[in-house]
Order: sequence, then C-alpha cells, then structure tokens
Amino acid sequence: MASFDVMPDVQLYQPANLDDALNLADRYADDGWLLGGGQDTYGWLKDRAKHPQAMIDLNGIDTLRGVRETDEGIEIGAATTLRDIIRNDLLRRDFGLLVAAAERVASPQIRNVGTLGGNLVQDARCWYYRRGLSCYRAGGNTCYADTPQGMNREHCLFGASRCVAVSPSDTATAAVALDATMVVQSLDRMRTVAAGDFFVGPATHITRMTLLEPGEILTAVRFPAKWAGKRFYFEKVADRNTWDFALVSIAVAMSMDGDTITDSRFVCGGVAATPYRLRNVENAVRGKALAEDSANAAAPLATQGARVLNANQFKVPLMENLVRRAMRA
Amino acid sequence: MSNYKHIGKDFVPPDITGKVTGKAKYAEDFRADGMVYARMYTSPMAHGRVTRIDTSKAETMDGVVGILTPDDVPATEAPQAAILTRTPAYIGDPILAVAALDEKTAEDALAAIRVDIEPLPFVTDPLDSLVAGGPDAREEGNVYVRSREGSGFRSVKWTREQVDEFRSGKEPTGEHANEWSYGDLDRGFVDAKLVIEEPFVTIGYAHMSMEPRTAMAYWQNGTCYMHGSCQSQSYFLPGLAAMLGVEVKDVVLISENTGGGFGSKIGAYPIIGLTGYFAKKLGRPVQLRISREQEYYNGSARVGFQGWIRMGFAEDGRATAADVFIVEDIGPNATGGDGSSAGGAISLVYDPGSMRFRGLPVLTNTTPRGAQRGPGQNQIAAVMAPIMDKAAKELGIDRLEIRRINSTNNDTTVYAEQEPVTSAYMDEALKKAAEMFGWEAKIKQPKRIGSKVRGLGIGQGYHSAGTNGFDGLVRISPDGRIHIHTGIGNLGTYSYASTSRVAAEVLKCEWEDCVIHHGNTDDNLPWNSYQAGSVSTFTQTRTNYVAAMDAVDKMKRIAAETLGGTPDDYDIDGQRVYRIGSPAQGMSYGAVAARAIQLGGAYSGQTWPSDIHEITQRSVQKLAGSGLIGVAKDNLERNGVIPGLAVAFVEIELDLETGKYDILDYVGVAECGTVLHPQGLAQQMKGGSVWGMGMAGMERHVYDPQNGLPANVGFHECRIPTYLDVPSVSQTGAVDLPDPQNPVGARGIGEPAMGCSVAAMTSAISDALDGHIFGRTPVSPDMIVNHVAGLEQSYMPLQTNNS
Repeated sequence: MASFDVMPDVQLYQPANLDDALNLADRYADDGWLLGGGQDTYGWLKDRAKHPQAMIDLNGIDTLRGVRETDEGIEIGAATTLRDIIRNDLLRRDFGLLVAAAERVASPQIRNVGTLGGNLVQDARCWYYRRGLSCYRAGGNTCYADTPQGMNREHCLFGASRCVAVSPSDTATAAVALDATMVVQSLDRMRTVAAGDFFVGPATHITRMTLLEPGEILTAVRFPAKWAGKRFYFEKVADRNTWDFALVSIAVAMSMDGDTITDSRFVCGGVAATPYRLRNVENAVRGKALAEDSANAAAPLATQGARVLNANQFKVPLMENLVRRAMRA
Repeated sequence: MSNYKHIGKDFVPPDITGKVTGKAKYAEDFRADGMVYARMYTSPMAHGRVTRIDTSKAETMDGVVGILTPDDVPATEAPQAAILTRTPAYIGDPILAVAALDEKTAEDALAAIRVDIEPLPFVTDPLDSLVAGGPDAREEGNVYVRSREGSGFRSVKWTREQVDEFRSGKEPTGEHANEWSYGDLDRGFVDAKLVIEEPFVTIGYAHMSMEPRTAMAYWQNGTCYMHGSCQSQSYFLPGLAAMLGVEVKDVVLISENTGGGFGSKIGAYPIIGLTGYFAKKLGRPVQLRISREQEYYNGSARVGFQGWIRMGFAEDGRATAADVFIVEDIGPNATGGDGSSAGGAISLVYDPGSMRFRGLPVLTNTTPRGAQRGPGQNQIAAVMAPIMDKAAKELGIDRLEIRRINSTNNDTTVYAEQEPVTSAYMDEALKKAAEMFGWEAKIKQPKRIGSKVRGLGIGQGYHSAGTNGFDGLVRISPDGRIHIHTGIGNLGTYSYASTSRVAAEVLKCEWEDCVIHHGNTDDNLPWNSYQAGSVSTFTQTRTNYVAAMDAVDKMKRIAAETLGGTPDDYDIDGQRVYRIGSPAQGMSYGAVAARAIQLGGAYSGQTWPSDIHEITQRSVQKLAGSGLIGVAKDNLERNGVIPGLAVAFVEIELDLETGKYDILDYVGVAECGTVLHPQGLAQQMKGGSVWGMGMAGMERHVYDPQNGLPANVGFHECRIPTYLDVPSVSQTGAVDLPDPQNPVGARGIGEPAMGCSVAAMTSAISDALDGHIFGRTPVSPDMIVNHVAGLEQSYMPLQTNNS
C-alpha cells in the first residue's frame, strides 16, 4: 500500500456567495466535495480513500455564518464554527443543549475551525470503513465489523442493515432532541427537512448518512422556539475526555410543569447510524416526575430491540444509565 | 563531592529556546542541494510473499527519480527486520520506495506501482498461534528464543486443553522457552499463609512518538551524512555503519533534537538504512519522511503479555514466593525480551524469598515490538499492584504497610543470581509519598458519593538505571571556555545537558562559560551510552566526571611544570589553577589551555588513553592542538544492579454508571539518588505519570484476528491521554539520597516514573471496585460498565490485541 497522508491534486473553489457555491455543487455533483472546517475532509483526501475532483470551500460565504433570531426561533448558518456557537450568548441562554453538545465535540483546536454543518453531516467513523476497505458503506458488498470476531466495540445496537456504523455527531443528537429543521438548497430549490428525518440509516441509503443529494448544500439549521429554555441534559461518554467520539451520548429536552414532565425528546448518539430517538422512554416519562423510580422504570425501555454485536454489549447498560442520569432532579 | 554549585540546581538547557521559538531543527527540517523525496510502498497484508513488482508505469512519470527495491539493499535473515522485504510479516512492512522531486509525485508514483503478494498464514494473538494447528507468524516457526546459549526459531504448540486451562486462570502446563529461579520455591509456598493466583493480560501498544521518524542522507567522499530522528548519538554509529556496510568512521549522524523515542529510536532502524542506500544509489540526497500511520507500523510497540502468577505471603505480609509464567507477544521481528525483565522487576520491587520465572516469546503478525519505557517492568507493575492490595486485604494489613514490609533496601539481593544493589531506598520513597499524599487521612474518607466511588492506589516502579564503561571528553580552549563534548542523544529529556553539568561542577566553573557539543558526531563526540533504559544520568555523569577529573589533573600538572612545585601543590577555583597557600600564583583556564597546546602530548590530545573507544580516539585526534583535552574511560567502581525506583499514590473518582473515572490527586516520588536537575526530574515524573495513565486505561493495540488489520494507526485511535484525561495538577518529589557508586550520587528515573503511575492506577481502579481485579491493561470504560452490570466481558479470557 502507498504511504498516504499526502494531498492529491484537487480543484479548489472558494465561492464568495451561495449562488456560486450552488452552481459549483450542481456542476460537480458526486465529484464535488463541500468543504467546511475540513476536519473530516482532509483525512479522507490525504488517505486517498475518497477522490473528488473539486473542493467547494463554503467558508467565504457570509450568509452561511452566524446565529440569527427569527419569528420561529433561531437560525444558525451551517458554516458557523462550533466555537462561535459555544460562545453565543443567545444560544447559551435558550439552547444550552446545543451548546453543551458543541462543547464536547473533538478538541478546542478542531472546534475553532469545525462548523455546525460539517459536524452534522460528518461521515461514519467505523475504522474498517475509514481504512478505505470496500465495505457496504464504501459501495462494496461486505461488512468487516459485523462478523464473529469483528472489532466492533464502537458499533451500533440499532438499525443495522448490512452496515453497523454509528452516527458520530454530537450536535446531531442535540439537533434531533431540539426538533431542529435543516435548510437544504440546491440550484433549483430550497427544502426544509426535520432533523429527525435528515439523518438516514443504511437501510435507507448505505453510502450516505443524510438525505443530502449531490448538488445540495445544507445552508442553515433552525431551532424552534418551542424548546427554548427548557430543561436540558447532555452527556457524552467517550474513552477520552477530549478529541474523541462518543461511545454513547444522550441529548434530552424536557418540558416541565413543576416537577412533572409534560413532553420530552430523548436522543442517543453512538448507538445507531442516526441519532436514535428513545420514543418508548419519551412516552413512559410523560406525566411523570423527575425521580429515581420513574427513571428506573423508563431506562430499560431505551434499549428495547437492541441487537448487540460481539464487543458492544456494554452500550446497553450504558444507555440505560444515561437515561437515569438525565432524569435525576 | 558535596556543596554543589550546579548539581541539584535548575538551569536553562541550551535547546529550550529553539523549542519554544520553533527554531529547533528536527531531522525533517534539514535540506541539502539536489535533495529528493522518498516514500515507501508497504505491505497491505499481515503476512505474504511478494511474487511480482511492476514499477514500469511509475518509472516513466515526470518527477520520479528512482526506485529502491529489496534487490538494492542487503538481505536479512528472519526474524531480523529487513530494510525492504519480499516476505512482509506485518501490515506496513516496507517493500519498496520511490524517490521523486516532491512528495506528492512520489505518492502518485506509488499508486501506479503494482505489487502482487501471495498471502501466507498470519496470527495476531499468541494463544491462537500456540494452540495445536494454529498459524505461525513466520514460516520458520512461531517462537523465537534469544539466549546466551544460542538464539533461534522454534515451533511450540500446546494442546487445546492446555490453552483452555491457561485461559481459565490455571497454571500453564505447556512448553516454555526461558526459565530462571532462585531460592526454594516449594518451601516458599509451604511457608505462605496466603497464596494468590491470577491470570493477566497487558496489551501491547504503539510508541507513537510525537515526531514520526525522518531520515535524510547524502554521501560525500565515501562518508554517509545522516540526519536522523534518534534517541542515541555516538552509540547509534556502529549499528548504522553495519547497516550501510561501511566502517564506523565513514558515517556521520546529525540528530540535534528528537521528538520522543521512548525506546523506539535507540539504535539504527530500517528506514534510516533505506535512506542511506537510496542516496547512494541515486547519487543525491534523499529525505524520507514517514507518515503518522507509518510511524505506527514502523515505530515499534510495547510487547504484550498473557500470563499467570502465583504469589505466596507469610502472615506478616512478607512475600515468600513468586511463580510467574509469561507468554510474550513479540511481533514479527522477535524484538522485546520484556518477560524476563518483568520477572526481574518482581524480584527487585517485592523481594520475594523465592522465585521462578518462565517465559515463552511468541511471534505475531502485528507491528514490530521494541523496548518501550519500562519494557517488562511496567507491564508487571500494573499487574502486581492489585495483587499486593488483595494480599493486604486478605491478611488484614494496610496496603501501604505491605509494600513497606517488602520494600527494597540496600541489603536486598535481586534476580536469578541474587546480585546486590548499588543502593535502594524504597521504604523512604513510600513514606515520603504517603506523607505528601495524605494517605492516612485519605483512607478514612467516605468511599461512595452518588454513582461515584473513590479509589486510592499505590504504585511502585523500577528499572535498572545505569551502565558504565563509556568515555568522557572535555576541552578547555585558550579563550577560557569549557567545551563539554557529549555523545548521548537528545530525545527530549534535557539529560544531555544536566549530565554535562557534572563536568562544570568538577571544574568549578560558571555554566555560562561552558559550551555543550552534541547532536552531530562530526562535532568530535566521545563514545557514549545509548539514551535509553534510564541509563543516561548514572552513566553520563560518570563519563563527564572522569573527563573533567582528567582535565583537572592535567591543569595541575601544567601549572607545576610552568610555575614550579608538584601537581599536588595546586588546586582549582574561579576558573584558575592556583598554588595552595599562595592563591595569587596561578594560571587562568585560558592560559593553561594555551600552555597545553605548547606542551602537546596528552595535554592537548596528541596522545590519548589506550582504553578509550575508537570513536573517542578519532574525536581527540581531530581536537588535538586546540586546547587542553580531558579524556578518559569510565573505569569507576560499579558493582551490582543500579535501581531506579519510583512510587506513586493516586486518588480517583470512578463513576459506576459510565465506567469513567477522574484522577483527583497524583503524587509521584522518585528514588533516583541525588537529584541532578529538579525541573528535569519533575518533568520526567509528570510525563511518566501520563504514560502510566494511558497504559492503565486507554492505549492498546486492536487487531481484527480475521484479517490482521490494525484498528488504531493514528493519535486519535491510539487513545493517547489528552490534557483532560490527566490531573491538572500533580505533585512530585524525591528521596534525594546519594548512590555510592556515582560520583554525584545520581541514578536514572525515566522508566520507573511511568511504572509507578500505571501500577497506582490499576490499584486505584481495583480499590474503587471493591478489590475486583481485571488482570488486564488497559481497563476501558466498557469493561467497567460490563463488570458493574454483571455482564460477561466481551473478550475471551486472556484474549489480546482486542478492542
């Protein structure tokens, strides 16, 4: 095998406005590569495991940056850095869940350049896939991880369909928990997609992790006012406390009436190819108080239907424990 | 010597400024006219035989300058690492290299090369090879034994029942290859009130030095000039010369700064040889800068252990017997030897009344192994700490007390031959660390806070910490400056500088008037030790001492010849040699140096001691006539094992719900004789503690046994601790009692600084989990969660190289 870790020749476009970026995205389609902070990009390219003809750098487009208040809530440009999200007073006040998730992404250096859009649409971290093997997710016809002796400690409990990789994004769990809407544009249309629908598992599309089609750009993420200032809980359990991906994470938004949960959204990361909604838990805790007994009753519901692989059964008690922790008063 | 002017004082090592400003030059920062860039094509397969190499397309590419294949380099015999191979034995084993005008062209050329490889059987877990019918990592056999009686391959197979029994925690009954013992082991167990038996696994992991190794070579008039990333300096030369097939005098090594080596850059390694051969073939300078991933493959890794131990303890806590069996994962090139060193560490640290070590080094098709910080000693430190805790609990003895009862002291005899130690003060280290940590108060603290449990751990680290027989070389020039020539490496510890201060101490001179010559063997360096094995401090202080003493002796003789009287009438101070009782009568160092040149002979290096190494001789010849030369071989007394010892106490808070823990407090105390350089020592103790924390909870090899693929080839996947995984503040200290066999009382500390940490961590984790012994490093969150939930672990007992 070659040495890798050397950038290949690739056309670099640095459009100054969204129209130009959309034109380029349309022109290059599958052969184009949208560039945010580059933290996922450069590894793929330098390892020569992905071969785009052109990189379309979105960082020079002012309209893709910033946090804006709208009538419905908040809109964040997709090229806004994670650092800027963490430091935004409005978000800190109303959407602490997103801030908490963004604060646990990678390391300060990566957050300084990493963008919200990039973090949301980042690719799977399955080490077999990252190695450049021809697995299902890479368009091949096998899975190396879901095998009797596969090293799959980090892989999924839910939604396996040929591929057992998980969603690595910390902000994606928060976005689903906050019922965010993704704003997606292409040359000829703009569409909005609920975060819960935006992320797709291998049964839907095995070589992609989102609904984004070639030529489309995620331009913004909208967070509805409905969940502003609610009770939030975010926790990420990773081997390391910085620069690491979640073994399991949890993002929870709860509407409270006094001590009683009137509505909630529980979402786990690191357990499926998409942020994994714990609907059974949400149903079980509705009308319940934040208390150890209701937490204990709800926790096992989180893992119903889990299919453990040979090295990831620890994720079952870990998920349940995170649900309990989210419900501690 | 005492009342030191320099010893035990902080100072600013000369290379600090360059590191802070970025001006320090590492191997890849050097350029030479006409230099081209090489990249390597390596094996994608864990074991195979190259059947065809087709470079025709690459050869015609613009910018490609040349190709180096196995035919261009000397063939080596397995299991020795080849520079380039046709029978790769691990993923990443180099097969060929391309040189081009830039790295990208070289990389593009590699993509155009076709190499056909016929796959051969491979194995990533030693027990899978040991079991009857299991694959062998090499066609020559699955075990490679190195011994004084002869080294060679063997094929060793155990029955499935024997492997299963071993996995179930029972004493292994299969064949072993190495054995040593002392005392009456049977008696030791008969005398024991308590016998503890535990299986254990310590997974190997990559060195992952911060600086991926780079080499740049060119040839001039038959001499190879090599810029390398090396731990050692003059010691590197003979191996490098042999690798290049030239005489030692025909090699120059420039290695001013090295971004860590940890045992992986001690001696000449294949890619440095590759660069030399490539430069020779092309007749132009070649630089080979390997990638981070290649540093994982070619940068070597710690030997893994799968073992079993039985310890006997008397009622009073004394260890009466230790019986240990270790299957070593020695990778494809049979490098390591950690097992016996682990046995030696048990002997020295816990001083059992009797002991037996048995070992079996098994080859695997994983990344090549090499010495890694405390090779053997630190793996067994991690294993032993929870066992000592268990013994204390069973016998009703305090955990600190049982370690004090068994602590090494000046009368302890160690290893199979029951050798003496030069000095040892483990008990003093334990006492000091316990006081700094507040052990007595902390063991009375409540243990449980919500989902969190507090765990306290004690760890002890050891590595032999010195050698002898190398040369020292100092020179005083007519301008009065003191030139300290040191051939030790500079892997980042500043010990090349702190040990040089011994010469300044002997010469009673100002540090500002000293110039250290190092980092380039053309700069007239003496024959000095490898910078590894914690030896630099003990060894290099001795060489600088004898060289400076020789200079003092010569100055007195010159003064006597010049001013009258005998040498004994003279002494030195204030950078003058003066007549005792008549201080005004004397000569400055500069004047003595000028006079040495006039007098010639041994004074200015025209002659030299007959017992100095050829490398030192050549340096003296080149310096001859430039000043007063102090040069000598270290023939000082050395009798016994030189122990570097360290103790750590740690407090953790482990969350039973997540399997994560925070390290709340850490105290590391060194027992390394006289403290030479307080800041340097503190850095070693802290850096070592981070390594220990990584080994205890994070770092490990992961290989898929089905295809031999490695899962963690970069910094992120290797799970090296980050700043948020280690305590933000840790305390360090030292016993600071002199060793009688070193002129300034100093011994080394680099490796024990880590061993005490990993041991304290496994001890603390066990304490937090009510004495549960995982018998495995690393202990990762998934293991803790599984344990707390009452689930089986997801690995097979004794499985290694697993996630």
